[in-house]
Amino acid sequence: MAVAETDLTPARPRSPATWTPYLLILPTLIFLGLFFVYPMVQAVWLAVSDPQSGGLTWAHFRRMGADLYFAPAVRYTLLITALAVPLQVMLGLAIALLVNTRFLGHSAFLYLTALPIGISDLAAGLIWLSIFTERGYLNAVLQRLGLVEVPLIFLSVERPDWMLGAIVITEVWRATAIVMVILLAGLQLIPRDYAETASVFGAGRWQTLRHVILPLLRPSLQTALIIRTILAFQLFATVVTLAGRQIPVLAGEAYFWYSLYRSPHVASAYAVLILLFSGSITWLYLRFLRAEEGRA
Amino acid sequence: MTLRRLGLYSASLVISAWVTLPLLLITVAAFTPRDLLYRWPRPLWPERFTLETLRFFLRSTGVWPSTLNSVLVAGLTIVLAFVIAAPAGYAISRFRFRGRETLQLAILATKMFPATVLSIPLAVAFIRWRLYDTLLGVAIVHTALALPFVIVIVTSVFLGISYELEEAAQTLGGSRLQAFLQVTLPMALPGLAAAGIFTFVLSWNEVFAATILTLNHRTLPALIVDSVIGAGAPLHFRFAGGFFMIIPALIIIFLIRRYLLTLWGVTVR
Repeated sequence: MAVAETDLTPARPRSPATWTPYLLILPTLIFLGLFFVYPMVQAVWLAVSDPQSGGLTWAHFRRMGADLYFAPAVRYTLLITALAVPLQVMLGLAIALLVNTRFLGHSAFLYLTALPIGISDLAAGLIWLSIFTERGYLNAVLQRLGLVEVPLIFLSVERPDWMLGAIVITEVWRATAIVMVILLAGLQLIPRDYAETASVFGAGRWQTLRHVILPLLRPSLQTALIIRTILAFQLFATVVTLAGRQIPVLAGEAYFWYSLYRSPHVASAYAVLILLFSGSITWLYLRFLRAEEGRA
Repeated sequence: MTLRRLGLYSASLVISAWVTLPLLLITVAAFTPRDLLYRWPRPLWPERFTLETLRFFLRSTGVWPSTLNSVLVAGLTIVLAFVIAAPAGYAISRFRFRGRETLQLAILATKMFPATVLSIPLAVAFIRWRLYDTLLGVAIVHTALALPFVIVIVTSVFLGISYELEEAAQTLGGSRLQAFLQVTLPMALPGLAAAGIFTFVLSWNEVFAATILTLNHRTLPALIVDSVIGAGAPLHFRFAGGFFMIIPALIIIFLIRRYLLTLWGVTVR
């Protein structure tokens, strides 16, 4: 292992000055300590401390749990994640495989499909609002096709599933690009001869994909899954622009508790809950995907 | 073989349409006269275009100041992120030291704790530190979000430049710093610029932290979210805002298209 590593990195200086690298990473460590570790600890402290006595309390978590919006926020957050992330990964993989065939025009195709990387959740929400709103493009098309007489109201309290659908579509539209780029980067690390060898031995396209490409792509798939799932727990602006608070989500509740109810403690309880969800899902992915690797 | 190619092209066309059609639609909406937006039956393609909607958006209270705020915050974020993270990226690419792997892992981990979890405790701390409702405060959180990306891309940029060149410059009598400034840095600039531009997008787009951490000094996304949640802004305001926000993104993705893969790719390792 050590030998392999030296082979891979011949460009490294042979006898580095011992203190220089530490000096160079010092600013990062200080910054991360101050603005990453400290707020993380502080979030937990805010969530479990009593502002009056300074002692420990579960009151903020109880208040969060008793809130009318709490149960739906947990449910919708998990539901949106469970619906959007697999779609993003499948579509992202399809696009990455398409780009990787290097067909004529693949670089223009890559640029177009990568565009949403630069588009925020807020802008994406507003874009799809112009499609789903009562006098939006979707209704205009349906009316043109003679399918509706009066505009349908897609985004209303009476139809939470439609609002949910609109949110999932928007998220798939926006975040597939990130998944695609991660997977494409992974695909390019796989030597071309692997697939060629497989086809020499008579493997079809699907067999090559299933037995050669996908196993080699596992680290990228894992990264994409983890990043997308964790970001799905942070979902805020897309939901607010399309559904307001009618589809409550965890990050949105953290916002409302901080800004509207002026309670940093309950807001922190939500933040800690998001942290717990993110942590356990990452652990699950790492464990589950590694177990697969062991069997192969 | 031709059948396969036909399938390839039609799949790419359908996917391209799926990605670009909504962008075209919001652009049309931003230039559609207000009365046409609310008319039924709604014309698919407006009979006439107008600048009125965009003008209304740009004249609305707070839009210009918050746009300026957004640009300032993004600029501050780029400076902060580079001053702090570029040396770390250089260290990871050029030195082998104890704790290097741990550091790389920690950087990957920070990518997983975005704005929501950081903003609320920081808002409380910033009030104490007198950073609340300042552009610097927002820039600090955006720097925390941009840090892993900047470190990763700086590392990969320097890994791509052979260290032998730097060594050669040193044997010719330059100091280590001179060698770096005159040989390595010029070659690294395009990649570093891409990282900077990506940092700009990250900050320009960020909503949650900006909303939590400001009151009077809103960034543009914070102002728009505010006007949507609180004030129930009219639809044409929202569409014009959506369009206004995506313009820099479209230009920027074009500029850094060569680096898109490095930006995310190296994180896999």
